[in-house]
Amino acid sequence: METKVQRSNTFVEEICAIPGGERIRDCIQCGTCSASCPNAGRMDHTPRMLIAMARAGMREEVLSSNAMWFCASCYLCTVRCPRDVKPTELMHALECLAVSRRLSSERTRTPTMYRSFSDFVYSIGSVPEVGFMMWFYLLSNPLRALRMAPLALTLLKHGRMSVKARRLKPEAERQLRAILDKAEVLGGMS
Amino acid sequence: MRYYTYFPGCSVSHGGAKAYGSSALAVSKALDVELVELEDWNCCGSTPYTSVDELASLCTSARNLALAEKRGLDLVTPCSACHVILSRTNSYLKEYPELRAKVDDALAVGDLEYHGTVRVRHLLDIFVNDIGNDEIASRVKRDLSGLKVAAYYGCQMVRPGPSFDHPESPQSLDRLIESLGAEATPFPLKARCCGGSLIISEEDVALGLINKLLDSAVAGGAECIITVCPLCQTNLDVYQGRVNKKFKTHYNIPVLFFTQLMGLAMGMGIKELGIEKGIVSAEKMLARYIER
Repeated sequence: METKVQRSNTFVEEICAIPGGERIRDCIQCGTCSASCPNAGRMDHTPRMLIAMARAGMREEVLSSNAMWFCASCYLCTVRCPRDVKPTELMHALECLAVSRRLSSERTRTPTMYRSFSDFVYSIGSVPEVGFMMWFYLLSNPLRALRMAPLALTLLKHGRMSVKARRLKPEAERQLRAILDKAEVLGGMS
Repeated sequence: MRYYTYFPGCSVSHGGAKAYGSSALAVSKALDVELVELEDWNCCGSTPYTSVDELASLCTSARNLALAEKRGLDLVTPCSACHVILSRTNSYLKEYPELRAKVDDALAVGDLEYHGTVRVRHLLDIFVNDIGNDEIASRVKRDLSGLKVAAYYGCQMVRPGPSFDHPESPQSLDRLIESLGAEATPFPLKARCCGGSLIISEEDVALGLINKLLDSAVAGGAECIITVCPLCQTNLDVYQGRVNKKFKTHYNIPVLFFTQLMGLAMGMGIKELGIEKGIVSAEKMLARYIER
């Protein structure tokens, strides 16, 4: 029993140490977040349940859940939460925690998509839609790219697909990367 | 003349929403609004970066704010995703001093500093609050009476706030439509989610949300939808065919950027506003308003 309590406290403290995570203690389990969430039905655990599990110390289960990866950041739960828990930011905090502890769920492609996006931000400071999507398909399921071909063709026909990426001036690109490298050295959020 | 620093964001600047950018600039010019693009801005980081590396994402966004601060003007973006991320960075830096110290350290490597003074605003906010609907109405040159328009606000312009409009039942875009001489139709889901970038990784989930939105707009009698965000426009327009296929529906409703509707009312041409770039054609709907 004692170990369980110990374990629980550790995980909640870990979450509270991340900006956006600290309000998890204020949750009263009313379920407004789950009822407001457009994607709760697709999550393995609803937002309310995920918060309960986190506070029960179920670290592994929470961090390998697909729930936070189905959050579309619509912030409906956030404006409705009677305790100002800010569940959207809590989801972001859990995502970051899962990524940094390499525990992201395998039941969703969203972490890979987010990673593909971030790779472009880091390397060139802008996200060319075509390049980013190709990179994502390569990292996740190259065959899916084929299924997207008709859509790509339609976009091309309407002049809405530019292959060329926007580039910053070289010194600006270097400046951004230096800033991000320093952020990496400063490490983590807490 | 009013001056603002302009942050177009990747989709509007070089992606699939270039028509949003060109129509925004054309309409701004006609309203004596000068949008001066922030030099060498970088991607805001958007929700994806926030979800994998919080500190890096804040630094990415803070670089833009630091550059904008040197100019001392409000930072205006037409993209709701950029709007929420840049605003969020401002509030995080205020709320978490220890985080701010780290961001300051990182920015210093690039010889930049940010003091937290930049006001981040959405383009719609500029038009309806700084210019005002009366002024806009006085510039209307084309009669759009009878055109039934659903105002789609989506999420990240009005939430989490504080915002210039109500987080769940916003009105500003409806009032703008009326000022332009068109009719704003009832649209109960006007501030609900389109699925955002999940359209890429979890298409089925997003298609379900888009289906609900289109259904709600059509049920209200709308002939077209206007949006305030490049991603919302893409989801509702580009993926409308895939919604039809998946749900055996027959939607054929054009989705315009709100700046395109403004331009139309102000007498600008379809080509000039990039309206032909819409995947669902608006030609038939607009035929009765456009002189051949």
